[in-house]
Amino acid sequence: MSNDFIDVHFQIMWNRLISVVEEQALTLVRTAFSTSVREAGDLSAGVFDSSGKMLAQAVTGTPGHVNAMAAAVGNFIEVLGEGNIHEGDVYITNDPWKGTGHLLDFTFVTPSFREGRLVGYFACTAHVVDVGGRGFGPDANEVYEEGIFIPIMKFAARGKLNRDLINILRHNVREADQVIGDLHSLAACNHIGHLRLMEMMTEFELESLDALRDFIFENSRAATLEKLAALPAGSYSNDMTVDGYDKPVHMKVRLDVSAKGVHADFDGTSGQSALGINVPLIYTLAYCGYGLKCALAPEIPNNHASLEPFTVSAPEGCILNALHPAPVAVRHVLGHFIPDTVLGAVSQFLPDVAPAEGASALWNIQISARPIEGAQAAPGERLQSSEILMFNSGGSGARPTLDGLNATAFPSGVHAMSVEATEQTGPITVWRKEFREGSGGAGRLRGGLGQVVEIKANEGHEFWIKAMFDRVENPARGRQGGLCGAAGTVGLDDGTKMRPKGRQKVPADRTLVLELPGGGGFGNPSERPEADIRRDVTLGYISPEQAKKDYET
Amino acid sequence: MSYAGKQVRVGVDIGGTFTDVAMEIGTELHSTKVLTNYTAPEQAILDGLQRVAKQAGIETGDIDLVIHGTTLATNVLIERRGAKTAFLTTRGFRDVIEMRTENRFEQYDLNIVLPAPLIARDSRYVVAGRIGASGRELAPLDEAAVARFACDVAAKGYESIAVGFVHSYVNPAHEERAREIIAEHAPDLSVSISSEVSPQMREFERFNTVCANAFVKPLIASYLNRLVVRLAEIGAGCPVYMIHSGGGLISVDTAASFPVRLLESGPAGGAIYAADVAARHGLRQILSYDMGGTTAKICLVEDFTPKTARTFEVARTYRFKKGSGMPISIPVIEMVEIGAGGGSLAHVDGMRQIRVGPESAGSEPGPACYGRGGDKPAVTDADLVLGKLDPDNFAGGDIKLTTQSSVDALLAQVGQKLGMNAEKAAVGVVEVVDESMAAAARVHAVENGKELGDFTMIAYGGAAPLHANRLCEKLGINALLIPPGAGVGSAIGFLRAPFGYEAVRGAYMKLSQYNAEWVDEVLGGLEAESVRVARDGAGDVPLEIERKAYMRYVGQGWEISVVLPNDGLGVDGASQLRGLFEAEYIRLFGNPLEGLDVEVMNWSVKAASRVAAVTRVDPVAKAGTAPVKQTRQIFDAKEVGYLAASVINRSDMSPGIAVSGPAAIVERETTTIVTAAYEAILQSDGCLLIQKKGAMA
Repeated sequence: MSNDFIDVHFQIMWNRLISVVEEQALTLVRTAFSTSVREAGDLSAGVFDSSGKMLAQAVTGTPGHVNAMAAAVGNFIEVLGEGNIHEGDVYITNDPWKGTGHLLDFTFVTPSFREGRLVGYFACTAHVVDVGGRGFGPDANEVYEEGIFIPIMKFAARGKLNRDLINILRHNVREADQVIGDLHSLAACNHIGHLRLMEMMTEFELESLDALRDFIFENSRAATLEKLAALPAGSYSNDMTVDGYDKPVHMKVRLDVSAKGVHADFDGTSGQSALGINVPLIYTLAYCGYGLKCALAPEIPNNHASLEPFTVSAPEGCILNALHPAPVAVRHVLGHFIPDTVLGAVSQFLPDVAPAEGASALWNIQISARPIEGAQAAPGERLQSSEILMFNSGGSGARPTLDGLNATAFPSGVHAMSVEATEQTGPITVWRKEFREGSGGAGRLRGGLGQVVEIKANEGHEFWIKAMFDRVENPARGRQGGLCGAAGTVGLDDGTKMRPKGRQKVPADRTLVLELPGGGGFGNPSERPEADIRRDVTLGYISPEQAKKDYET
Repeated sequence: MSYAGKQVRVGVDIGGTFTDVAMEIGTELHSTKVLTNYTAPEQAILDGLQRVAKQAGIETGDIDLVIHGTTLATNVLIERRGAKTAFLTTRGFRDVIEMRTENRFEQYDLNIVLPAPLIARDSRYVVAGRIGASGRELAPLDEAAVARFACDVAAKGYESIAVGFVHSYVNPAHEERAREIIAEHAPDLSVSISSEVSPQMREFERFNTVCANAFVKPLIASYLNRLVVRLAEIGAGCPVYMIHSGGGLISVDTAASFPVRLLESGPAGGAIYAADVAARHGLRQILSYDMGGTTAKICLVEDFTPKTARTFEVARTYRFKKGSGMPISIPVIEMVEIGAGGGSLAHVDGMRQIRVGPESAGSEPGPACYGRGGDKPAVTDADLVLGKLDPDNFAGGDIKLTTQSSVDALLAQVGQKLGMNAEKAAVGVVEVVDESMAAAARVHAVENGKELGDFTMIAYGGAAPLHANRLCEKLGINALLIPPGAGVGSAIGFLRAPFGYEAVRGAYMKLSQYNAEWVDEVLGGLEAESVRVARDGAGDVPLEIERKAYMRYVGQGWEISVVLPNDGLGVDGASQLRGLFEAEYIRLFGNPLEGLDVEVMNWSVKAASRVAAVTRVDPVAKAGTAPVKQTRQIFDAKEVGYLAASVINRSDMSPGIAVSGPAAIVERETTTIVTAAYEAILQSDGCLLIQKKGAMA
């Protein structure tokens, strides 16, 4: 081929590689059993070069796996040893410190061979239905209580399935058929990626991915460094306090910005908790990288070279670098606050980019519904025990030029599920799921509204929740004169308050009432245009009284 | 009526730019394109009809049948030009259509803007009353509140009402009662209820669908009334039928009640057109490819039937990105639509990568080469620079193209930023747009568990024949058909559509709790509904019935549709259903899973009249080679360089005449590019069959 057209050719191949990994991710979404994968996109998929460096990653999926998976493949190669990697192998782990932060996420890595030669790897990660132990909740004191731990090992060796491993898993998890189904789905997802890569290499007559890798890395590195060079070099700090489990957690970051990269150091952050809200460093890296990339280089695809300039450190044993055997099951709560913490520092050098703080941590409700002993079901219905997982989002922070998003997940990439679909899966009724009026922080730009969720057990049933809610004591703060969003509340319809974290019962005759936090405002409320205030009142986002109070209209 | 003993049938497709009219008198085809008239869409139809009648030498009174499809309903939604509409819903669920899925469809954009809800919050009302998941009433409907609502919205000048209650797909009693009360207190208001418009589970999609229906209903109803009246005025008092999104025909009355069913009816016609060509040629696996000015649409047609789905998304607001539009849950011909057309504009992004679309030059100012003030390079500009278009013979010579303007625009927007000359920039633009269409086709095939290698492509729409052959190379497709009349393909497709209607309902059942009586009741109800609507147009002709179940393993999130046996499900229905499901699961994902129950989420029944049998066209053997009177330099992407290509007029070819690539086969509405690796042979029905050299039978 003439040299003239090589650049265009590489661009086309790069685009193709991204569609290969999208296809890989789609296979996972379609076949997975875990609610958080199929409904909420809690997964990731990527392709790597033969040394384990990430070439491309699916944009389907949630940021918790960004960086985390990028680093994971190197760990696999190191643990297994290069001489131990063969065609037909599939590798597995759910090691929170080498995967994506908790036992519920399994990472699969598959080497890709072409005519007997290793050309690259495919990796994917997904949250599975169950890993045994206490189940998905914050109440464990050590990771041993949180479920079965599978170190990096072979799920299949030269095409032969590791039946002993499957047998052990089968006897250690709830819903074993579904969990095994999820694992097969992960393996299939990598296999689909491999097949598509082979087609692509045939079509483009490639023997290896080396030249394409160099093109991707050079372009990504140059584009990222160009963005960083435009930033004012220096150190910028920020801190934020959130509720934690039993005592407040202080999160502190210092960003060292230079033309070579951005380093985030979390020195000064609170120490490890005795309960499962701790975060392994790999997950801190993921959400820190996400926050920085959103603000500094959003268009550049994720790969080894575009992520490389973003580095992270945190003192060992702090809550954002929790060490084994710390419990880590609900590491997402603090993980979701990392972008807010980081963006607060970014706002000091890019005041027109960083949004105000938001509700940020998802309000996932894990519900265990049980029949009451001796009770009767309603006519046409039956008594049943069910585990139900619901995702709910509060308001996001106001942006420098736009109001915050109402009841929309940020930074998490998940979707909420249909109430009708949720009610088909278990004996509960959601009586209310709508905007929480007045909860967005006032400002020139208003914070996003939270939402109110009310749930009651169906006739003959009662339920328990595993609460993992935050921003009840510490609302989202506004920026540049914007006010705080409303704090969250957790209680019953009779006014009883409940704890925001931990397992608790909702009696049969009572309704659980969750008021989710709103996002912080941006800029001084007195600068909000009249027309916007009037529109908010017309739509009922705020009441006339609140308009008067917040905006002095 | 009729002309010289032959039936006169007319298909009319109103698109964004053009209104296409295709008239068939027996087997003879006449067609025309007129500009769409936005203020009075029916006027363009009348103009087009009169023009084409004159061309054919008949009177408008000779017309026996008009079949109409339109993007009007889609445009009303995109442009938010519908009626003043109020939405009445279950207390506690006022914000369902605004909360959407609580998700951002673009992860890395801090300044993302979510699409505004179709009905603003102050026009959304709630009322007490609740149906549970099993269909049992948990709280009675507050009838007094419904009455107050009706009086209130009537007083406020609302024109249309949507009603959507939680779980109404299981038990519609509250919705039906609410409609009665509204009719009593506000008889002038048009009312749409979700259990009738779209009785499927998932409140966001169903509520949005009923809101969309209510929103477009007054406008579409009044347009359809005017159309029928004005057609009668010019003597065309013949029956008028509408084509719906699922590709069947319905009466004007049904369309006026459920105008949401008209969304995407134009593209549906295109898919039927491709299916008809496929049937003529006996091709069981087709990739239908339609490329116009602003978008490209890709659809799978197997066994002469376009693939259908239960939901789709309209009015995407963010680069055609999934999730950025409005979900509509009605049966639809499934296709992927991407922002890639002849007018799509190219630019260079922050990564120094060439990007094309979705912004389009439209018809004003048009691509730079039109010389109407456009200074950004469109795909057409790149095609021109690469020699695929003849600047002096575009649109039959009506529009003179200026190659220098294309060169300038490509250099300014692409070449100079990447250090490329105009030709190289043009190659980049065309390869990027071809690759993005190929990627869309590949993903679509994968989603359906298909390998495209065995498919034949059928291409139509103004820009498709320029790109189709290259797309085949990228997709590993060996055969391509470019039918005659490709420029008005959708309108021709309308004439091939059956009378038909598909009714879908959410009705949940685990196979372990299989209840034969209940299944019969669900399917029986759906069949009665679909037959009633189909009979509305089809009269007494025999109907074909197709039943489907949408199933998954308990715990999964994505359902697989399975066609049920025609003789019904017997006592062992559960094991039959499981067998059908697992066969399809294996086809899609490789292995069935052990130990898991299977659940049915939705059921559907389609009733349709039989399509007239097509005359099979046998492949024509090569009988000679077209004489080459002219050649021009055309870029061949696979050969990576310019080649001397034959230029042939399609009208000079007769059946059996072959043209070897590289070649450009020119006709009035479009040009077909044959790449160096392929050869074209004209078939007896006027289709160009383009096959890979050496792969020919």
